[in-house]
Amino acid sequence: MASLRDIQTRINSTKKTKQITKAMEMVSAAKLNRAENNAKSFVTYMDKIQEVVSSIASGSSNARHPMLQSRPVKKTGYLVITADKGLAGPYNSSVLRHVYRTIQERHNSKDEYTVIVVGKVGLSFFKNRNMPVEDSIVGLADQPEFADIKEIASQAVQKFADEVYDELYMYYNHFVSAIQQDLTEKKLLPLTDIGGEEKAKSSYEYEPSEEEILEDLLPQYAESLIYGALLDAKASEHASRMTAMKSATDNADEIIGSLSLSYNRARQAAITQEITEIVGGAAALE
Amino acid sequence: MKTFTVSVVTPDGPVYEETGAEMVSAKATSGELGILPGHVPLVAPLEINAVRVEKDNNTQILAVSGGFIEVRPEQVTILAQAAEMASDIDVDRAKAAKERAEKRLQGTKQDDIDFKRAELALNRAMNRINITSR
Repeated sequence: MASLRDIQTRINSTKKTKQITKAMEMVSAAKLNRAENNAKSFVTYMDKIQEVVSSIASGSSNARHPMLQSRPVKKTGYLVITADKGLAGPYNSSVLRHVYRTIQERHNSKDEYTVIVVGKVGLSFFKNRNMPVEDSIVGLADQPEFADIKEIASQAVQKFADEVYDELYMYYNHFVSAIQQDLTEKKLLPLTDIGGEEKAKSSYEYEPSEEEILEDLLPQYAESLIYGALLDAKASEHASRMTAMKSATDNADEIIGSLSLSYNRARQAAITQEITEIVGGAAALE
Repeated sequence: MKTFTVSVVTPDGPVYEETGAEMVSAKATSGELGILPGHVPLVAPLEINAVRVEKDNNTQILAVSGGFIEVRPEQVTILAQAAEMASDIDVDRAKAAKERAEKRLQGTKQDDIDFKRAELALNRAMNRINITSR
């Protein structure tokens, strides 16, 4: 049985760990709040751009643009959004496991796909497995601005236009609520599902022409889809970390409880033993 | 007199919202556009340039980095990847960006993709500086 002092040390160290996880939980809660606000302020932009895109796409079937056309797939791009840090429960591993499995199923050789990663965890995952990483960005702020990811987003879109890859999938955790995040797979390029369900609200005149507007609008649309996914993923990350830290704090509480119990037991045993020894000693003297 | 609502929206949230505006002028890729209330619905891509909003004989100026203008009879929306009110522009940052872009322009070849990017960055910086010095 562990000595009194050993148990005391373990209780103290668990208490310290609990303090840290508790603090991290509160930090994540605050960050989640802000991330949700960011996502909300982005919605106005997204709605508008979606409306314009779908009204052009549905308004005329003769508007043709390479980003709307499916072409034979020689190479597939995967855009994977992960965090820079762990300690977020299944946040990173669920995305990475899914992508890894999908890639293994779909492709036989490394020439058939390429990966674009956001986040340190994902980057080292793919590097360790010697998978081709086309582009990556690490060290993103917790509340990223559009300018922070514009570069990687526009390059991802540009590479599709340059036929580096012929389709682009996006993987991230979609934020449902503070306790639920769903792994999402989205086909980003070519853009196939615009203007499908919703009816366009108004018909526009186009200046100078629909084709030229599509030329400008579609890359921006795709970039903002990426940014939207990133904001969504960031909110999930904070939520996931908050939940993970909360359960860590709860576990620490439980461990402290059971440790104090065995501490008290050991203390009592020691006292009982001492009394028995004194009584025994006294009896021997008589 | 008829008026309309003007709003400027970026991915980082709405930048500007004004009701009762009398005129908006912006530079589209096809040329300067002046829009009055009651205009037919229109969509046009914008240049990196200033957008002016007239209201009560006052002119408000915004720096808009590309994007689109979406016009409806009672509402004008500008969708841009970045936009600032003239008063919000960080002049020092714009000047630093301008110098950086100029340096990069000298270092790269003309048909390079970096060249185009630096050129755009230079345009954005110049636009911001021009607007604040007006």
